Amino acid sequence: MSAILVIGELNEGVVASHTFELLAAARSLSDAGGGDVHALVPGDSSVGQSLFGGGADAVHVATNQLLQTELTVDAFLPPVLNVIENTGADIVLIAQTAFGRDFGPALAFNLKAAVAMECTGLTLDGGRLQATRACYGGSARAEVKWGSSVQIVTIKPKTLDALATDDSRSGEVTEVSEVGEARVKILGTEKAEATGIRLEDAEVVVSGGRGLGEPEAFGILEELGNLLNGATGASRAACDLGWYPPSQQVGLTGKTVTPNLYIAVAISGASQHMAGMSGSKNIVAINRDEDSNMVQSSRFAVIEDYKKVIPALIEEIKNLG
Amino acid sequence: MNIVVCVKQVPDPETPASQFAVDEAAKRVIPAQGIAPVVNPYDPQATEAALRLRDAAGEGTITVISLGPDSARDAIKHALAMGADEGILLSDPSFEGIDNFQTAAILAETIKKVGIPDLILMGRAAADWDMGVVPIGVAQLLDIPCVTVAKAVEVGDGNITVERVLDDGFETVETTLPAVVSVSNEFGEPRYPQLRQIMLAAKKNVEVWDKESLGLDPASVGSDNRLLALEALYVPKVESNVEVIQGDSPEEKARNLALKLREAKLI
Repeated sequence: MSAILVIGELNEGVVASHTFELLAAARSLSDAGGGDVHALVPGDSSVGQSLFGGGADAVHVATNQLLQTELTVDAFLPPVLNVIENTGADIVLIAQTAFGRDFGPALAFNLKAAVAMECTGLTLDGGRLQATRACYGGSARAEVKWGSSVQIVTIKPKTLDALATDDSRSGEVTEVSEVGEARVKILGTEKAEATGIRLEDAEVVVSGGRGLGEPEAFGILEELGNLLNGATGASRAACDLGWYPPSQQVGLTGKTVTPNLYIAVAISGASQHMAGMSGSKNIVAINRDEDSNMVQSSRFAVIEDYKKVIPALIEEIKNLG
Repeated sequence: MNIVVCVKQVPDPETPASQFAVDEAAKRVIPAQGIAPVVNPYDPQATEAALRLRDAAGEGTITVISLGPDSARDAIKHALAMGADEGILLSDPSFEGIDNFQTAAILAETIKKVGIPDLILMGRAAADWDMGVVPIGVAQLLDIPCVTVAKAVEVGDGNITVERVLDDGFETVETTLPAVVSVSNEFGEPRYPQLRQIMLAAKKNVEVWDKESLGLDPASVGSDNRLLALEALYVPKVESNVEVIQGDSPEEKARNLALKLREAKLI
Protein backbone atom coordinates (compact mmCIF):
# COMPACT_ATOMS: atom_id res chain seq x y z
CA MET A 1 0.00 0.00 0.00
CA SER A 2 1.57 3.23 -1.07
CA ALA A 3 1.42 6.44 0.88
CA ILE A 4 2.63 10.01 0.57
CA LEU A 5 4.61 11.75 3.30
CA VAL A 6 4.90 15.53 3.56
CA ILE A 7 7.88 16.78 5.58
CA GLY A 8 6.71 19.90 7.39
CA GLU A 9 8.70 22.75 8.87
CA LEU A 10 7.91 25.38 11.46
CA ASN A 11 8.28 29.09 11.01
CA GLU A 12 8.36 30.97 14.33
CA GLY A 13 6.43 28.24 16.12
CA VAL A 14 3.67 27.68 13.57
CA VAL A 15 3.55 25.40 10.54
CA ALA A 16 5.27 27.12 7.61
CA SER A 17 3.13 28.21 4.64
CA HIS A 18 5.18 26.05 2.26
CA THR A 19 4.18 22.95 4.23
CA PHE A 20 0.56 23.65 3.25
CA GLU A 21 1.65 24.03 -0.38
CA LEU A 22 3.22 20.56 -0.18
CA LEU A 23 -0.02 19.21 1.31
CA ALA A 24 -1.92 20.52 -1.71
CA ALA A 25 0.50 18.68 -4.03
CA ALA A 26 0.19 15.55 -1.90
CA ARG A 27 -3.62 15.78 -1.97
CA SER A 28 -3.76 15.81 -5.77
CA LEU A 29 -1.33 12.86 -5.97
CA SER A 30 -3.52 11.05 -3.44
CA ASP A 31 -6.62 11.73 -5.55
CA ALA A 32 -4.76 10.21 -8.50
CA GLY A 33 -4.23 6.99 -6.51
CA GLY A 34 -1.04 7.75 -4.63
CA GLY A 35 -2.37 6.57 -1.25
CA ASP A 36 -3.06 8.41 2.01
CA VAL A 37 -1.41 11.72 2.81
CA HIS A 38 0.75 11.64 5.93
CA ALA A 39 2.42 14.72 7.31
CA LEU A 40 5.26 14.98 9.80
CA VAL A 41 6.24 18.21 11.47
CA PRO A 42 8.43 19.06 14.46
CA GLY A 43 6.22 20.19 17.35
CA ASP A 44 3.42 19.11 19.70
CA SER A 45 -0.02 17.75 18.87
CA SER A 46 -1.66 21.19 18.79
CA VAL A 47 0.79 22.28 16.10
CA GLY A 48 0.03 19.06 14.22
CA GLN A 49 -3.76 19.54 14.23
CA SER A 50 -3.60 22.35 11.64
CA LEU A 51 -2.18 19.91 9.08
CA PHE A 52 -5.49 18.02 8.86
CA GLY A 53 -7.22 21.20 7.73
CA GLY A 54 -4.54 21.62 5.08
CA GLY A 55 -5.20 18.21 3.55
CA ALA A 56 -3.42 15.53 5.64
CA ASP A 57 -5.13 12.19 6.34
CA ALA A 58 -2.71 11.34 9.15
CA VAL A 59 -0.42 13.58 11.16
CA HIS A 60 2.81 12.75 12.99
CA VAL A 61 4.71 15.16 15.21
CA ALA A 62 8.38 14.88 16.15
CA THR A 63 8.17 16.05 19.73
CA ASN A 64 11.81 16.43 20.71
CA GLN A 65 12.34 20.02 21.80
CA LEU A 66 15.63 20.31 19.90
CA LEU A 67 13.81 19.87 16.58
CA GLN A 68 11.51 22.78 17.35
CA THR A 69 14.26 25.21 18.20
CA GLU A 70 17.19 24.03 16.10
CA LEU A 71 16.16 21.87 13.17
CA THR A 72 19.17 20.07 11.69
CA VAL A 73 19.47 17.24 9.18
CA ASP A 74 21.12 14.74 11.53
CA ALA A 75 18.59 15.39 14.31
CA PHE A 76 15.52 15.04 12.07
CA LEU A 77 16.60 11.93 10.13
CA PRO A 78 15.63 9.27 12.74
CA PRO A 79 12.00 10.45 13.24
CA VAL A 80 11.52 10.78 9.48
CA LEU A 81 12.98 7.32 8.80
CA ASN A 82 10.68 5.96 11.52
CA VAL A 83 7.56 7.45 9.95
CA ILE A 84 8.54 6.29 6.45
CA GLU A 85 8.97 2.75 7.77
CA ASN A 86 5.71 2.76 9.75
CA THR A 87 3.56 4.29 7.03
CA GLY A 88 5.13 2.58 4.00
CA ALA A 89 5.39 6.01 2.39
CA ASP A 90 6.89 5.72 -1.08
CA ILE A 91 6.55 9.38 -2.05
CA VAL A 92 8.22 11.99 0.17
CA LEU A 93 7.62 15.69 -0.47
CA ILE A 94 10.05 18.25 0.97
CA ALA A 95 10.16 22.04 0.55
CA GLN A 96 13.24 23.44 -1.19
CA THR A 97 14.19 25.62 1.77
CA ALA A 98 17.63 26.09 3.31
CA PHE A 99 16.76 23.05 5.44
CA GLY A 100 14.97 20.99 2.79
CA ARG A 101 17.67 21.32 0.16
CA ASP A 102 20.04 19.55 2.60
CA PHE A 103 17.50 17.19 4.09
CA GLY A 104 16.18 15.74 0.80
CA PRO A 105 19.57 14.47 -0.42
CA ALA A 106 20.58 13.25 3.07
CA LEU A 107 17.35 11.25 3.36
CA ALA A 108 17.86 9.88 -0.15
CA PHE A 109 21.35 8.58 0.57
CA ASN A 110 20.13 7.02 3.83
CA LEU A 111 17.40 5.13 1.98
CA LYS A 112 19.46 4.42 -1.18
CA ALA A 113 16.71 6.30 -2.97
CA ALA A 114 16.79 8.96 -5.65
CA VAL A 115 15.90 12.57 -5.01
CA ALA A 116 14.88 15.15 -7.61
CA MET A 117 15.27 18.76 -6.51
CA GLU A 118 12.92 21.65 -7.31
CA CYS A 119 10.33 19.68 -9.21
CA THR A 120 7.21 21.01 -10.89
CA GLY A 121 4.38 19.13 -12.54
CA LEU A 122 4.19 15.99 -10.43
CA THR A 123 2.04 13.22 -11.93
CA LEU A 124 1.50 9.52 -11.35
CA ASP A 125 2.13 7.06 -14.14
CA GLY A 126 1.10 3.52 -13.26
CA GLY A 127 1.32 4.44 -9.59
CA ARG A 128 4.88 5.72 -9.98
CA LEU A 129 5.89 9.35 -9.74
CA GLN A 130 6.93 11.38 -12.75
CA ALA A 131 8.17 14.95 -12.38
CA THR A 132 9.42 17.85 -14.46
CA ARG A 133 12.33 19.95 -13.36
CA ALA A 134 14.28 22.85 -14.81
CA CYS A 135 17.97 22.29 -15.49
CA TYR A 136 20.81 23.97 -17.37
CA GLY A 137 19.97 27.22 -15.60
CA GLY A 138 16.35 26.94 -16.68
CA SER A 139 17.23 26.56 -20.38
CA ALA A 140 16.02 22.95 -20.42
CA ARG A 141 13.42 20.79 -18.76
CA ALA A 142 13.99 17.20 -17.67
CA GLU A 143 11.30 14.60 -17.11
CA VAL A 144 12.40 12.20 -14.41
CA LYS A 145 11.19 8.94 -12.89
CA TRP A 146 12.50 7.06 -9.90
CA GLY A 147 14.27 3.71 -10.03
CA SER A 148 14.16 3.41 -6.23
CA SER A 149 11.14 2.28 -4.24
CA VAL A 150 11.03 5.51 -2.23
CA GLN A 151 10.66 8.61 -4.44
CA ILE A 152 11.91 11.85 -2.87
CA VAL A 153 11.00 15.25 -4.28
CA THR A 154 11.70 18.82 -3.28
CA ILE A 155 9.38 21.63 -4.36
CA LYS A 156 10.31 25.30 -4.29
CA PRO A 157 8.07 27.39 -1.98
CA LYS A 158 5.49 29.67 -3.64
CA THR A 159 5.30 27.58 -6.80
CA LEU A 160 2.00 25.96 -5.68
CA ASP A 161 -1.14 27.25 -3.98
CA ALA A 162 -2.20 25.76 -0.66
CA LEU A 163 -5.75 24.38 -0.39
CA ALA A 164 -8.42 26.40 1.39
CA THR A 165 -8.40 25.31 5.04
CA ASP A 166 -11.03 22.65 5.72
CA ASP A 167 -11.87 22.97 9.43
CA SER A 168 -14.16 19.92 9.31
CA ARG A 169 -11.10 17.69 8.96
CA SER A 170 -9.41 16.56 12.15
CA GLY A 171 -7.84 13.47 13.60
CA GLU A 172 -5.48 11.96 16.08
CA VAL A 173 -1.87 13.08 16.03
CA THR A 174 0.82 10.42 16.43
CA GLU A 175 3.84 11.45 18.45
CA VAL A 176 7.36 10.40 17.46
CA SER A 177 9.98 10.94 20.13
CA GLU A 178 13.21 9.97 18.38
CA VAL A 179 15.91 12.47 17.66
CA GLY A 180 19.34 12.12 16.09
CA GLU A 181 22.60 13.55 17.31
CA ALA A 182 23.23 16.89 15.67
CA ARG A 183 26.75 16.95 14.28
CA VAL A 184 26.39 20.50 13.04
CA LYS A 185 25.81 23.06 15.78
CA ILE A 186 24.02 26.32 15.01
CA LEU A 187 25.87 29.20 16.70
CA GLY A 188 23.66 32.03 15.52
CA THR A 189 21.49 33.42 12.76
CA GLU A 190 21.25 36.85 11.27
CA LYS A 191 18.37 38.20 9.21
CA ALA A 192 19.30 39.92 5.98
CA GLU A 193 18.56 43.63 6.15
CA ALA A 194 15.48 44.06 4.06
CA THR A 195 14.55 47.67 3.58
CA GLY A 196 10.77 47.76 3.38
CA ILE A 197 8.67 44.86 2.16
CA ARG A 198 10.04 41.34 1.87
CA LEU A 199 10.71 40.39 -1.73
CA GLU A 200 8.68 37.16 -1.57
CA ASP A 201 5.63 38.90 -0.10
CA ALA A 202 5.58 41.94 -2.36
CA GLU A 203 2.70 42.46 -4.81
CA VAL A 204 4.98 44.62 -6.94
CA VAL A 205 8.65 43.86 -7.64
CA VAL A 206 10.99 46.15 -9.56
CA SER A 207 14.21 44.36 -10.59
CA GLY A 208 17.36 45.43 -12.32
CA GLY A 209 20.08 43.55 -14.18
CA ARG A 210 23.54 43.96 -15.56
CA GLY A 211 22.11 46.14 -18.32
CA LEU A 212 21.71 48.96 -15.78
CA GLY A 213 25.42 49.56 -16.28
CA GLU A 214 26.07 50.87 -12.76
CA PRO A 215 25.14 49.99 -9.17
CA GLU A 216 23.84 53.52 -8.46
CA ALA A 217 20.92 52.81 -10.79
CA PHE A 218 19.32 50.68 -8.08
CA GLY A 219 18.53 53.94 -6.27
CA ILE A 220 15.94 54.92 -8.84
CA LEU A 221 14.55 51.38 -9.00
CA GLU A 222 14.04 51.52 -5.23
CA GLU A 223 12.28 54.86 -5.65
CA LEU A 224 9.87 53.29 -8.16
CA GLY A 225 9.45 50.20 -5.96
CA ASN A 226 8.65 52.31 -2.88
CA LEU A 227 6.18 54.44 -4.84
CA LEU A 228 4.29 51.26 -5.79
CA ASN A 229 4.56 49.77 -2.26
CA GLY A 230 6.76 47.09 -3.73
CA ALA A 231 10.18 45.53 -3.24
CA THR A 232 13.37 45.77 -5.27
CA GLY A 233 15.17 42.75 -6.71
CA ALA A 234 18.15 42.02 -8.90
CA SER A 235 19.38 39.45 -11.37
CA ARG A 236 22.15 37.03 -10.56
CA ALA A 237 24.53 38.94 -12.83
CA ALA A 238 23.91 42.19 -10.92
CA CYS A 239 24.37 40.46 -7.53
CA ASP A 240 27.56 38.72 -8.67
CA LEU A 241 28.93 42.13 -9.64
CA GLY A 242 28.22 43.25 -6.07
CA TRP A 243 25.66 45.85 -7.18
CA TYR A 244 22.86 44.57 -4.94
CA PRO A 245 22.67 42.24 -1.88
CA PRO A 246 22.49 38.50 -2.67
CA SER A 247 19.40 38.26 -0.43
CA GLN A 248 17.53 40.28 -3.10
CA GLN A 249 18.51 38.01 -5.97
CA VAL A 250 15.60 36.76 -8.06
CA GLY A 251 16.23 33.61 -10.05
CA LEU A 252 17.17 29.99 -10.06
CA THR A 253 19.88 30.50 -7.46
CA GLY A 254 17.88 33.19 -5.65
CA LYS A 255 14.30 33.95 -4.64
CA THR A 256 11.17 32.84 -6.43
CA VAL A 257 8.65 35.66 -6.63
CA THR A 258 5.10 35.63 -7.97
CA PRO A 259 3.94 39.26 -7.65
CA ASN A 260 0.95 40.77 -9.41
CA LEU A 261 3.32 43.15 -11.21
CA TYR A 262 6.98 42.47 -12.05
CA ILE A 263 8.91 45.30 -13.67
CA ALA A 264 12.15 44.04 -15.24
CA VAL A 265 14.56 46.86 -15.97
CA ALA A 266 17.52 46.16 -18.26
CA ILE A 267 17.23 42.41 -17.74
CA SER A 268 17.64 40.33 -20.90
CA GLY A 269 15.80 37.34 -19.45
CA ALA A 270 18.48 34.67 -19.26
CA SER A 271 16.81 31.49 -18.12
CA GLN A 272 18.63 31.82 -14.79
CA HIS A 273 16.48 34.88 -14.01
CA MET A 274 13.23 33.72 -15.64
CA ALA A 275 13.19 30.67 -13.37
CA GLY A 276 12.63 32.94 -10.37
CA MET A 277 9.94 35.27 -11.72
CA SER A 278 8.13 33.67 -14.65
CA GLY A 279 5.21 32.95 -12.29
CA SER A 280 4.57 36.72 -11.98
CA LYS A 281 1.02 37.56 -13.02
CA ASN A 282 1.98 40.63 -15.12
CA ILE A 283 5.45 41.34 -16.46
CA VAL A 284 6.58 44.75 -17.70
CA ALA A 285 9.92 44.92 -19.50
CA ILE A 286 11.94 48.09 -19.92
CA ASN A 287 14.74 47.21 -22.28
CA ARG A 288 16.47 48.53 -25.37
CA ASP A 289 16.39 45.14 -27.11
CA GLU A 290 12.96 44.25 -28.44
CA ASP A 291 14.13 40.72 -29.30
CA SER A 292 15.30 39.99 -25.79
CA ASN A 293 13.70 37.08 -24.02
CA MET A 294 12.34 39.34 -21.27
CA VAL A 295 10.53 41.62 -23.72
CA GLN A 296 9.09 38.62 -25.57
CA SER A 297 7.89 37.13 -22.27
CA SER A 298 6.25 40.32 -20.99
CA ARG A 299 2.69 41.71 -21.16
CA PHE A 300 3.82 45.32 -21.69
CA ALA A 301 7.23 46.49 -22.89
CA VAL A 302 8.92 49.84 -23.38
CA ILE A 303 11.79 49.69 -25.86
CA GLU A 304 13.93 52.51 -24.54
CA ASP A 305 16.87 53.47 -22.35
CA TYR A 306 15.70 52.95 -18.76
CA LYS A 307 17.52 56.12 -17.67
CA LYS A 308 15.04 58.18 -19.66
CA VAL A 309 11.94 56.11 -18.95
CA ILE A 310 12.05 55.39 -15.20
CA PRO A 311 12.23 59.03 -13.95
CA ALA A 312 9.39 59.93 -16.35
CA LEU A 313 7.39 56.90 -15.22
CA ILE A 314 7.81 57.91 -11.57
CA GLU A 315 6.47 61.40 -12.38
CA GLU A 316 3.53 60.02 -14.37
CA ILE A 317 2.55 57.62 -11.59
CA LYS A 318 2.71 60.48 -9.06
CA ASN A 319 0.50 62.59 -11.35
CA LEU A 320 -2.05 59.78 -11.61
CA GLY A 321 -2.20 59.83 -7.83
CA MET B 1 45.76 20.88 6.38
CA ASN B 2 44.88 18.47 3.58
CA ILE B 3 41.94 19.40 1.40
CA VAL B 4 40.15 17.73 -1.47
CA VAL B 5 38.32 20.03 -3.89
CA CYS B 6 35.83 18.50 -6.33
CA VAL B 7 35.25 20.46 -9.52
CA LYS B 8 33.08 19.90 -12.58
CA GLN B 9 33.15 21.01 -16.17
CA VAL B 10 29.80 22.27 -17.51
CA PRO B 11 28.44 23.91 -20.68
CA ASP B 12 28.90 27.69 -20.36
CA PRO B 13 25.80 28.99 -18.48
CA GLU B 14 26.11 32.32 -20.32
CA THR B 15 25.40 30.55 -23.63
CA PRO B 16 22.75 32.74 -25.34
CA ALA B 17 19.28 31.15 -25.35
CA SER B 18 19.35 31.15 -29.16
CA GLN B 19 22.39 28.83 -29.20
CA PHE B 20 21.24 26.43 -26.53
CA ALA B 21 19.99 23.17 -28.06
CA VAL B 22 19.15 19.68 -26.90
CA ASP B 23 19.37 16.34 -28.71
CA GLU B 24 16.02 15.02 -27.51
CA ALA B 25 16.65 11.47 -28.71
CA ALA B 26 19.98 11.19 -26.91
CA LYS B 27 18.64 13.31 -23.99
CA ARG B 28 21.81 15.40 -24.10
CA VAL B 29 22.74 19.04 -24.59
CA ILE B 30 24.36 19.71 -27.98
CA PRO B 31 27.59 21.66 -27.37
CA ALA B 32 27.15 25.20 -28.74
CA GLN B 33 29.45 25.97 -31.70
CA GLY B 34 32.51 27.90 -30.63
CA ILE B 35 31.53 28.09 -26.95
CA ALA B 36 33.92 26.00 -24.88
CA PRO B 37 32.73 24.28 -21.71
CA VAL B 38 33.78 26.05 -18.52
CA VAL B 39 34.53 25.28 -14.90
CA ASN B 40 31.24 25.20 -12.99
CA PRO B 41 30.82 28.82 -11.78
CA TYR B 42 30.70 27.93 -8.06
CA ASP B 43 33.80 25.70 -8.16
CA PRO B 44 36.54 28.36 -8.32
CA GLN B 45 35.09 29.68 -5.04
CA ALA B 46 35.60 26.23 -3.50
CA THR B 47 39.20 26.22 -4.78
CA GLU B 48 39.68 29.76 -3.45
CA ALA B 49 38.45 28.67 -0.02
CA ALA B 50 40.89 25.74 -0.08
CA LEU B 51 43.83 27.97 -1.02
CA ARG B 52 43.09 30.47 1.77
CA LEU B 53 42.78 27.70 4.37
CA ARG B 54 45.94 25.91 3.24
CA ASP B 55 47.91 29.15 3.19
CA ALA B 56 46.59 30.17 6.63
CA ALA B 57 47.63 26.76 8.00
CA GLY B 58 51.05 27.14 6.36
CA GLU B 59 51.12 23.54 5.22
CA GLY B 60 49.05 20.90 3.49
CA THR B 61 48.07 19.57 0.10
CA ILE B 62 45.11 20.47 -2.06
CA THR B 63 44.01 17.62 -4.31
CA VAL B 64 41.58 18.49 -7.09
CA ILE B 65 39.24 15.78 -8.34
CA SER B 66 36.98 15.97 -11.34
CA LEU B 67 34.68 13.35 -12.81
CA GLY B 68 34.07 13.81 -16.50
CA PRO B 69 35.33 13.28 -20.02
CA ASP B 70 38.93 13.95 -21.01
CA SER B 71 38.12 17.66 -21.52
CA ALA B 72 37.38 17.94 -17.78
CA ARG B 73 41.17 17.99 -17.39
CA ASP B 74 40.81 21.74 -18.14
CA ALA B 75 38.68 22.22 -15.01
CA ILE B 76 41.43 20.55 -12.96
CA LYS B 77 44.14 22.61 -14.68
CA HIS B 78 42.22 25.77 -13.80
CA ALA B 79 42.32 24.86 -10.10
CA LEU B 80 46.02 23.91 -10.38
CA ALA B 81 46.72 27.28 -12.00
CA MET B 82 44.94 28.96 -9.09
CA GLY B 83 47.41 27.19 -6.78
CA ALA B 84 46.13 23.68 -6.00
CA ASP B 85 48.76 20.94 -5.72
CA GLU B 86 47.56 17.72 -7.34
CA GLY B 87 44.90 16.62 -9.79
CA ILE B 88 42.97 13.42 -10.42
CA LEU B 89 40.63 12.97 -13.37
CA LEU B 90 37.98 10.28 -12.97
CA SER B 91 37.20 9.23 -16.48
CA ASP B 92 35.65 6.10 -17.90
CA PRO B 93 33.23 5.51 -20.79
CA SER B 94 30.79 4.00 -18.30
CA PHE B 95 30.69 7.28 -16.31
CA GLU B 96 28.79 9.01 -19.09
CA GLY B 97 25.15 9.72 -18.31
CA ILE B 98 25.33 8.60 -14.68
CA ASP B 99 23.17 10.22 -11.98
CA ASN B 100 24.25 12.15 -8.90
CA PHE B 101 23.93 9.04 -6.72
CA GLN B 102 26.66 7.30 -8.72
CA THR B 103 28.73 10.50 -8.95
CA ALA B 104 28.73 10.81 -5.17
CA ALA B 105 29.60 7.13 -4.79
CA ILE B 106 32.54 7.35 -7.21
CA LEU B 107 33.83 10.56 -5.56
CA ALA B 108 33.53 8.97 -2.11
CA GLU B 109 35.47 5.89 -3.27
CA THR B 110 38.17 8.14 -4.76
CA ILE B 111 38.45 10.17 -1.57
CA LYS B 112 38.82 6.98 0.50
CA LYS B 113 41.59 5.88 -1.84
CA VAL B 114 43.37 9.24 -1.61
CA GLY B 115 42.93 9.17 2.18
CA ILE B 116 40.18 11.11 3.98
CA PRO B 117 41.48 14.71 4.15
CA ASP B 118 40.71 17.30 6.83
CA LEU B 119 38.19 18.99 4.58
CA ILE B 120 36.34 18.32 1.32
CA LEU B 121 35.15 21.40 -0.59
CA MET B 122 32.79 21.65 -3.56
CA GLY B 123 30.68 24.27 -5.29
CA ARG B 124 27.12 24.55 -3.93
CA ALA B 125 25.64 22.98 -7.09
CA ALA B 126 26.58 22.32 -10.70
CA ALA B 127 25.16 24.68 -13.31
CA ASP B 128 24.06 21.81 -15.56
CA TRP B 129 21.66 19.75 -13.43
CA ASP B 130 21.22 22.41 -10.70
CA MET B 131 20.72 19.86 -7.92
CA GLY B 132 23.29 20.43 -5.14
CA VAL B 133 22.99 16.80 -4.09
CA VAL B 134 26.56 15.51 -4.50
CA PRO B 135 28.22 17.31 -1.52
CA ILE B 136 25.57 15.92 0.84
CA GLY B 137 25.78 12.49 -0.76
CA VAL B 138 29.56 12.29 -0.41
CA ALA B 139 29.27 13.30 3.27
CA GLN B 140 26.57 10.68 3.91
CA LEU B 141 28.61 7.94 2.19
CA LEU B 142 31.75 8.87 4.15
CA ASP B 143 29.65 9.31 7.32
CA ILE B 144 31.03 12.78 8.04
CA PRO B 145 29.18 16.07 8.63
CA CYS B 146 28.18 18.37 5.79
CA VAL B 147 27.60 22.13 5.72
CA THR B 148 26.21 23.61 2.52
CA VAL B 149 26.15 27.02 0.81
CA ALA B 150 29.06 28.58 2.68
CA LYS B 151 29.93 32.25 2.36
CA ALA B 152 32.85 32.16 4.80
CA VAL B 153 34.88 29.42 6.49
CA GLU B 154 37.29 29.41 9.42
CA VAL B 155 39.18 26.35 10.60
CA GLY B 156 39.93 25.85 14.29
CA ASP B 157 41.47 22.98 16.20
CA GLY B 158 39.69 19.95 14.72
CA ASN B 159 36.61 21.94 13.84
CA ILE B 160 35.32 24.38 11.28
CA THR B 161 33.06 27.42 11.61
CA VAL B 162 31.00 28.21 8.56
CA GLU B 163 28.85 31.20 7.78
CA ARG B 164 26.15 29.95 5.43
CA VAL B 165 23.49 31.60 3.30
CA LEU B 166 19.84 31.06 4.27
CA ASP B 167 16.69 32.04 2.38
CA ASP B 168 16.38 35.26 4.38
CA GLY B 169 19.76 35.85 5.92
CA PHE B 170 22.81 34.06 7.25
CA GLU B 171 23.59 31.39 9.83
CA THR B 172 26.82 30.55 11.59
CA VAL B 173 27.40 26.87 12.30
CA GLU B 174 30.20 24.77 13.71
CA THR B 175 31.11 21.16 13.06
CA THR B 176 33.97 18.73 13.50
CA LEU B 177 36.55 17.83 10.89
CA PRO B 178 36.71 15.97 8.60
CA ALA B 179 33.67 17.47 6.92
CA VAL B 180 32.24 18.35 3.53
CA VAL B 181 31.53 22.03 2.90
CA SER B 182 29.83 23.33 -0.25
CA VAL B 183 30.71 26.90 -1.20
CA SER B 184 28.39 29.54 -2.64
CA ASN B 185 28.99 32.53 -4.90
CA GLU B 186 28.64 34.80 -1.86
CA PHE B 187 32.11 33.59 -0.81
CA GLY B 188 33.55 36.31 -3.02
CA GLU B 189 35.74 36.60 -6.07
CA PRO B 190 38.18 33.75 -6.61
CA ARG B 191 41.71 34.67 -7.70
CA TYR B 192 42.35 34.75 -11.41
CA PRO B 193 45.30 32.58 -12.50
CA GLN B 194 48.21 34.51 -14.00
CA LEU B 195 49.79 33.44 -17.28
CA ARG B 196 52.87 32.06 -15.56
CA GLN B 197 50.74 29.94 -13.24
CA ILE B 198 48.69 28.67 -16.18
CA MET B 199 51.90 27.59 -17.90
CA LEU B 200 53.20 25.90 -14.76
CA ALA B 201 49.87 24.13 -14.26
CA ALA B 202 49.96 22.88 -17.85
CA LYS B 203 53.12 20.94 -16.96
CA LYS B 204 51.67 19.41 -13.79
CA ASN B 205 50.69 15.79 -14.05
CA VAL B 206 47.01 14.92 -13.78
CA GLU B 207 46.43 11.29 -12.88
CA VAL B 208 43.60 9.54 -14.65
CA TRP B 209 41.64 6.90 -12.75
CA ASP B 210 39.04 4.69 -14.38
CA LYS B 211 36.47 2.18 -13.16
CA GLU B 212 39.11 -0.55 -12.78
CA SER B 213 41.70 1.52 -10.95
CA LEU B 214 38.96 2.59 -8.52
CA GLY B 215 37.89 -1.03 -8.05
CA LEU B 216 34.24 -0.17 -8.72
CA ASP B 217 31.64 -2.88 -9.14
CA PRO B 218 30.80 -2.71 -12.88
CA ALA B 219 27.14 -3.39 -12.05
CA SER B 220 27.03 -0.20 -9.96
CA VAL B 221 28.00 2.32 -12.63
CA GLY B 222 26.64 3.37 -15.99
CA SER B 223 23.60 5.18 -17.32
CA ASP B 224 21.60 1.92 -17.12
CA ASN B 225 22.05 1.90 -13.36
CA ARG B 226 20.56 5.34 -12.69
CA LEU B 227 18.37 5.60 -9.61
CA LEU B 228 16.83 8.73 -11.14
CA ALA B 229 15.80 7.87 -14.70
CA LEU B 230 15.89 10.62 -17.30
CA GLU B 231 12.73 10.14 -19.37
CA ALA B 232 13.06 13.24 -21.52
CA LEU B 233 15.14 16.40 -21.96
CA TYR B 234 13.85 19.36 -24.00
CA VAL B 235 13.93 23.15 -24.41
CA PRO B 236 10.67 24.75 -23.24
CA LYS B 237 8.85 26.95 -25.76
CA VAL B 238 8.04 30.63 -25.14
CA GLU B 239 4.90 32.11 -26.74
CA SER B 240 4.98 35.87 -26.97
CA ASN B 241 1.99 38.22 -26.82
CA VAL B 242 3.78 41.35 -25.73
CA GLU B 243 2.22 44.79 -26.24
CA VAL B 244 5.01 47.23 -27.07
CA ILE B 245 4.13 50.67 -25.68
CA GLN B 246 4.32 53.33 -28.40
CA GLY B 247 5.29 56.99 -28.11
CA ASP B 248 7.41 59.65 -29.84
CA SER B 249 9.65 60.26 -26.84
CA PRO B 250 10.75 58.34 -23.74
CA GLU B 251 8.47 60.63 -21.71
CA GLU B 252 5.46 59.83 -23.87
CA LYS B 253 6.18 56.11 -23.66
CA ALA B 254 6.41 56.43 -19.88
CA ARG B 255 3.04 58.26 -19.80
CA ASN B 256 1.41 55.62 -22.03
CA LEU B 257 2.81 52.83 -19.87
CA ALA B 258 1.51 54.47 -16.69
CA LEU B 259 -1.95 54.81 -18.31
CA LYS B 260 -1.92 51.17 -19.45
CA LEU B 261 -0.96 50.00 -15.98
CA ARG B 262 -3.70 52.09 -14.42
CA GLU B 263 -6.23 50.82 -16.98
CA ALA B 264 -5.24 47.23 -16.15
CA LYS B 265 -5.57 48.11 -12.42
CA LEU B 266 -1.95 47.10 -11.85
CA ILE B 267 -1.06 50.38 -10.11
